[in-house]
Amino acid sequence: MKKILKVNDLSVSFETYGTDVQAVRGVSFELEEKETLAIVGESGSGKSVTAYSIMRLIDMPPGKFDGGTILFNGEDLTLKSEKQMQEIRGKEISMIFQDPMTSLNPTMTIGKQISESLIKHQNMSKKQASSRGVELLKLVGIPNPETRINQYPHQYSGGMRQRAMIAIALACNPKILIADEPTTALDVTIQAQILELMRDLQEKTGTAIILITHDLGVVSSVASRVAVMYGGKIVETGNVDEIFYNPKHPYTWGLLGSMPKVDSKGEELLAIPGSPPDLADPPKGCPFVTRCPYAMKVCRNNMPEYTHLSDTQKTACWLLDERAPQVEIPETAIVGGYKQHV
Amino acid sequence: MTRLQLEKADFEPLGIDNEESEKIVGESTSYWKDAWRRFRENKLAVFGVITILLLAIMALIGEPISGKSYNDTNIMNVNKTPSAEHWFGTDNLGRDIFARTWYGARISLFIGLMASLIDLVIGVIWGAISGFFGGKIDEYMMRIADILYGVPYLLVVILLMVVMPPGLWTMIIAMSITGWISMARIVRGQVLQLKSEEYVMASKSLGASNSRLLFRHLIPNTLGPILVTLTLTIPTAIFTEAFLSYLGLGVPAPRASWGTMSSDALSGFEYFPYQLFFPAFFICLTILAFNVIGDGLRDALDPKEGK
Amino acid sequence: MARYLLKRIGYILVSLLFIITITFGLMKLAPGGPFTSERKTSPAIERQMQEAYGLNDPIHEQYFNYLISAAKFDFGPSFKYEGQEVTDIIKRSFPYSLLLGLEAIFIALAFGVLFGTIAAIRHNKASDYTVMVIAILGISVPSFVMATILQFIFSMKLSLLPIARFESFAHTILPAFALATTPLAFIARLMRSSMLEVLNADYIKTAKSKGLSERVVIYKHGLRNAILPVVSYLGPLVAGILTGSFIIEKIFGIPGLGREFVESVTNRDYTVIMGTTVFFSVLLLISILVVDLIYGWIDPRIKLANKGANS
Repeated sequence: MKKILKVNDLSVSFETYGTDVQAVRGVSFELEEKETLAIVGESGSGKSVTAYSIMRLIDMPPGKFDGGTILFNGEDLTLKSEKQMQEIRGKEISMIFQDPMTSLNPTMTIGKQISESLIKHQNMSKKQASSRGVELLKLVGIPNPETRINQYPHQYSGGMRQRAMIAIALACNPKILIADEPTTALDVTIQAQILELMRDLQEKTGTAIILITHDLGVVSSVASRVAVMYGGKIVETGNVDEIFYNPKHPYTWGLLGSMPKVDSKGEELLAIPGSPPDLADPPKGCPFVTRCPYAMKVCRNNMPEYTHLSDTQKTACWLLDERAPQVEIPETAIVGGYKQHV
Repeated sequence: MTRLQLEKADFEPLGIDNEESEKIVGESTSYWKDAWRRFRENKLAVFGVITILLLAIMALIGEPISGKSYNDTNIMNVNKTPSAEHWFGTDNLGRDIFARTWYGARISLFIGLMASLIDLVIGVIWGAISGFFGGKIDEYMMRIADILYGVPYLLVVILLMVVMPPGLWTMIIAMSITGWISMARIVRGQVLQLKSEEYVMASKSLGASNSRLLFRHLIPNTLGPILVTLTLTIPTAIFTEAFLSYLGLGVPAPRASWGTMSSDALSGFEYFPYQLFFPAFFICLTILAFNVIGDGLRDALDPKEGK
Repeated sequence: MARYLLKRIGYILVSLLFIITITFGLMKLAPGGPFTSERKTSPAIERQMQEAYGLNDPIHEQYFNYLISAAKFDFGPSFKYEGQEVTDIIKRSFPYSLLLGLEAIFIALAFGVLFGTIAAIRHNKASDYTVMVIAILGISVPSFVMATILQFIFSMKLSLLPIARFESFAHTILPAFALATTPLAFIARLMRSSMLEVLNADYIKTAKSKGLSERVVIYKHGLRNAILPVVSYLGPLVAGILTGSFIIEKIFGIPGLGREFVESVTNRDYTVIMGTTVFFSVLLLISILVVDLIYGWIDPRIKLANKGANS
């Protein structure tokens, strides 16, 4: 498989009130053609900033790249000019956002909003763009696309708006689709529909997807690989089976433990106690140390290196060091009885 | 990275330190404390506050320290330019402009403050009742406000000034008759929004009485927008006072305000520009100061709009 | 749509009735008011008044008679000027005010929107600060001071523009700008904050993520949304221009309706005061309706028509 995106040691920070908030601290990952990579983490983990960096949608200043590269088809996106990026956004890489209620322009018809990128990137006439718009709406499963195309966002339901957003994003057959929490703001039943649609469309179009989410349930139903982010770093990465059935990082355990399970009748969901680290003054060692039930002295001041557990799985945790005590996966994190809740 | 030199002891468990993990990162600050910090950081707003304080002090002591009365005419000494004797010069009746300016400050500031306070009281009560009870009461109360709002503010004030006996309080009452409406609307909007929020629901479900809800929950939470509106009403009132004075509907002589002083000076502006300059400058300065305070308060109280 | 309009016109009529009643009542209360017989008026006017209002009739009859004539746009004779009808005064002077007002509204809108947009785009940069300083000064200077300063600079010192009267386009420039200053500054501030908010909206991110250029993002996606608060300010804007004209027309010696109103106030010419007040109110109520219609046209979320009604 060809790798179309390589993020290498990416660091991004924001200057607010004179202090640097290091939102992303040396993140590296790769994306293969036609695969779905999920980046999972809680808010403030740097997952969204990573996504916005790829699109170069971060306002600079206050944001800035502190280092690293984002190679797309071998070209470094961090070095592109705004003009060059405009040729990539929407055409090669596109994005859908969390809240479909606010991500569509309320004063413009859906049709116009779809047409825009077609006219810009594929030199279509208004008429061509409009008929392609109808096709796209049909593709994303909107009934009566011929009338719907001339309507405004407020005439659509939440789920339909997200479908319309997907239609906009896929209009020019991009190589990569970045979906930033695409189902978080939707009802559970609608969530399932949107995820299925994304899976479906990926099969049809072969677009690679980067799915940003905090919900492991969403991950299990669409992703092939997972990167778990915490405190601006990727702490564990692997394919879906590895992350769900053989997780090694205590934070991943925590995430799995806090996920509702089919067989957990009446059992309470486990929250991970504590709050994420202050990235204006990032910890020297492992960012999870203050919340980790297995934290050791070494974790405080030394960031663990990645331990490669397989070709695909690697984990940054001192517990994997041969000198560390043996720790069993807590029962709550065992996904045995877990079924895709979607 | 080279392999670290680590000892066995480094791999002893730390034990989870609950206190530390539950520590809220970043300094925890209350809403008002945070707002106060943002307000202080706004140099313009601080300048506004200092200006208003200075103007208020001068309004109190300005006339006495000049050693002259605002109302002493002196035929021998008309239209003198500023000098050591008359710091701001004299007007066409030989009255000392410095003394008059600070006397005028008293009148102008008093009108501004009183008019806004009356607006505040009526507007908050009206808006809070209307928004809180909702339904038919709300509809009727707001319909009345809408109709009053449909008439230009200044037109109403002028009409009232025409039919009422001239005087300071006439002016204040005339300004207040429709002035409260924007305050009422803002308070009503805030109340409606807050009413649907959860903590009010919670309080209600715990059996809190209506008046308790109104005074303990809703009004404190609408304080921000009220405060901003208040600071922006004061300059409107001062503006209106100047406007009415220009139309000859201002405070009657011998009393002087910045408005009457400016309007008196306009006819001789070509020859004695300083006579207009002083009162006009202080009107502008006062309105400017209140405006920047209002802006500063709005930015400080609404962190969303922070830079 | 038709039903909506009818409903709105109904409200306008109710408001007007209210305004006429209040003015009638106020004028009744006024010292030496139009309807008190002690007031010294010339015999000719006395006769006209008697004819027009039946001053010896009971109050409620006078009131209904006034209502009926007001509905026919007949406000009776002037108190001060013999043989002049209030309606004639309005007809004669209003065109000046209309022209001046439209010019001022155009200036306030065009420059206000432009400055506000520039400030928002260049947020926290020099041009932003410049616009904001000018705007806050514009808000802080009373219009008569502004008018005097403009006259002083452009007419007396530079001799560029005529100082007063209303004879050519050049004559309109200074008064129109003086009238527009405060609303212009206000619109600039309004536009800036609303544009800043819009530029942070999610749909702007969507537009950027399509690869649209900054210009297209701002003008096609930003402006139309950001201008909505400015549109809702148009009602107060018209009111402000209207009352502003009282002073500006006096300073610049323009024979408009604003000056007539001010003069009628000074002369206690009650019939003119009442007539112009009613006229101003009609004007304002209609402009508010027009503004609402424009708003509905710009913002598709506002449904003007009732459900089922043909729009």
